[in-house]
Amino acid sequence: MLKEDRRLQMLERIIKEHNYQKSALLEVLHAAHELYGYFDKPLLTYIAERLNLPPSHVYGVASFYHLFKFRKPGEHVISACMGTACYVKGVEEIITAIEREFNIKRGGSSPDGRLSLFVTRCIGACAMAPNITIDNEVVGRATKEVVLDKIRKVLGG
Amino acid sequence: MVLKPEDILRIAREEAERQRSYRYRINVCCSSGCLPFGALQVLKAFEEAIKEFGLQGECRVSRTGCVGTCSVGPVVLIEPGGYLYQNVTPENAREIVKSHIVSGKPVKELLYANEAFFKKQLRLVLRNAGKIDPLKIEDYIAAGGYSALIKCLTKMTPKEVIDEVIASGLRGRGGAGFPTGQKWNFVAREKNTPKYVVANLDEGDPGVFANRTLAEADPHAIIEGMAIAAYAVGAEKGYIYVRAEYPLAVQTLREALKQARSMNLMGKNILETQFSFDIELRLGAGAFVAGEETGILASIEGRRAMPRPRPPYPATSGLWGKPTLIQNVETLANVPLIILNGGSWFAKIGTPKCTGTKCFSLTGKVNNPGLIEVPMGITLREVVFEIGGGVPSGRRFKAVLVGGPSGGCLPESLLDLSIDYESLTKAGAIMGSGGIVVIDDESCMVDTAWFFTDFCVDESCGKCVPCRVGLLKMRNILERIMKGEGRLEDLDILSELGEYVRDVSLCGLGQTAPNPVLTTLRYFRDEYITHIFDKRCPAGKCFRSQVSMKEAP
Ligand SMILES: Cc1cc2nc3c(=O)[nH]c(=O)nc-3n(C[C@H](O)[C@H](O)[C@H](O)COP(=O)(O)O)c2cc1C
Ligand code: SF4
Ligand code: FES
Ligand code: FES
Repeated sequence: MLKEDRRLQMLERIIKEHNYQKSALLEVLHAAHELYGYFDKPLLTYIAERLNLPPSHVYGVASFYHLFKFRKPGEHVISACMGTACYVKGVEEIITAIEREFNIKRGGSSPDGRLSLFVTRCIGACAMAPNITIDNEVVGRATKEVVLDKIRKVLGG
Repeated sequence: MVLKPEDILRIAREEAERQRSYRYRINVCCSSGCLPFGALQVLKAFEEAIKEFGLQGECRVSRTGCVGTCSVGPVVLIEPGGYLYQNVTPENAREIVKSHIVSGKPVKELLYANEAFFKKQLRLVLRNAGKIDPLKIEDYIAAGGYSALIKCLTKMTPKEVIDEVIASGLRGRGGAGFPTGQKWNFVAREKNTPKYVVANLDEGDPGVFANRTLAEADPHAIIEGMAIAAYAVGAEKGYIYVRAEYPLAVQTLREALKQARSMNLMGKNILETQFSFDIELRLGAGAFVAGEETGILASIEGRRAMPRPRPPYPATSGLWGKPTLIQNVETLANVPLIILNGGSWFAKIGTPKCTGTKCFSLTGKVNNPGLIEVPMGITLREVVFEIGGGVPSGRRFKAVLVGGPSGGCLPESLLDLSIDYESLTKAGAIMGSGGIVVIDDESCMVDTAWFFTDFCVDESCGKCVPCRVGLLKMRNILERIMKGEGRLEDLDILSELGEYVRDVSLCGLGQTAPNPVLTTLRYFRDEYITHIFDKRCPAGKCFRSQVSMKEAP
């Protein structure tokens, strides 16, 4: 079961604000994802109960959208843009370099769980392609060297 | 606060007056392109320098939206005179204030010197972008904002509003180019109530950021357009569906809605008239197909964004089965101008069948990437080589991708094509939401076709077989060719499959997804053949083990 903590109280408040309406599912999922960082079964089951929806429906909706994560992300999150502009500008090379240097695979986390690498489709800053996001900070006109350096820094190396 | 139309017009006069009293306006772009490069620090540095030189009464420093030259950000626009500074650092800020403002000598070395970028542009939708503070409704009002809504509410019947939009010839900017006025008519004549207006700001096309930039730079233009649309069709409730990946756009819109409400421009009995209208924001969650008009409805209702067959069209049965007007945000931002200047004024811009302007995100291997707005009918060559400045030296232009991931790859020989819905479609591309990605000889066309097909495989909702299975098969064949295991028959299979998926898919995603493959087969067939016969990639990209980039979510 979910621990009774502040996050749960906040989630409950948001659900209440939406009057427990089924149509607010996506809004509630957004809020829960923001609070917890990812979805696990107890969390989705809780949402299903509160909105009086079958858990399968809640999972079905949550997994349809690419934004949501179902595994706990690492302490630091790298997100590489694989949109058209970034792809044409060679983001693939940067991603491969990150994978090598930190022994990590796109979509996964490093063995020590400190770093996760995700691939997204366009963050809308395409004129500065290629773009890499490190813990919510966008690195535009990115190069392999700069990105690797910045990642080493956030890891405290 | 209960305001009347004349109050808004008074605020506009007073605010414009106040702004004229400044000798200089320093506009620092704080849109998403300039922010990562330190725009906020630059803003702060200007504020401090103005204080240091004691110029507070004479200069106004504001945060504004994108001016379009995002690749040289942070950029700062100083009025009067339209001086545009590029790559500004906090240290530069003091220097600029000292030389430009105090001594009247613009700092030449820091100025953006690329006249060509703006020369062929016509900025109507982006009229305020870079010039007003998006977080201050007074700025928008001082620039003439909300006077079109006031005109509609006080002087025009809903029918007259629709007639004006019909006369303008405005067509939807979200991709399909359907006549906007006609769509308004469909919704207006429905008897079933309540009715809804949905503004589509999903912008799921990678490589495209025009809608985002518009929302960040001029959110009230969208809101005003929506309110006018709602008045015309008889809706009392609206939704703006924004991608969650656009946090700054979300924040800006949220603040703008709050301010509009506080000024009585939104809510019950707007400006003491009979008209009531309110807007709610809804966040998307990363699904390209959620931008499709029936997909967006499902998503707003809290379901998976799966498209459904039409008819019934949303105009008759949309949100919760009620009549719903779905419109792209750029389309909506055109509306206030049409009301103020008249439909016939608008109809003179662009081409006879394709009036007005279009915003494009110009990216890829091009010297001046950024956000542009051009009259319809301009040629691709003008956009790529004049506004965009061509491909960076040392490389050769190869293709231009128009219309996002399901657009077409067009070769050099088609660059004189006029940009309008019909000629793009004829060439195998689409207008889409306005992405132009320039590709040079470093890119392999088979790899490019693979990339877009892979995107669409990922994004297919899986509801219908041709799209779900057909695209996957196409991607697998492309992978085989890229690994050097292709056969000549593969090319015929790809064309046949592509045409089949295009013709029988349920929604626009499947109907357009084969475009990159079909156009590269049509215009760059020799590259496929080299891969198959010579087991060689002309661009030197393929034959590494190319697997789908996507791991489990
Ligand atoms: C897969 C797919 C994605 C779409 N994405 C968008 C989008 O992000 N924004 C948009 O305005 N229209 C999008 N459209 C087009 C919409 O279905 C619809 O035609 C449009 O929003 C209508 O507004 P308009 O007439 O103002 O263009 C998409 C269509 C398809 C098939
Ligand atoms: S064409 Fe593709 S995205 Fe559209 S409904 Fe069919 S499977 Fe879904
Ligand atoms: S394609 Fe990478 S930011 Fe748009
Ligand atoms: S984001 Fe600053 S100029 Fe475009």
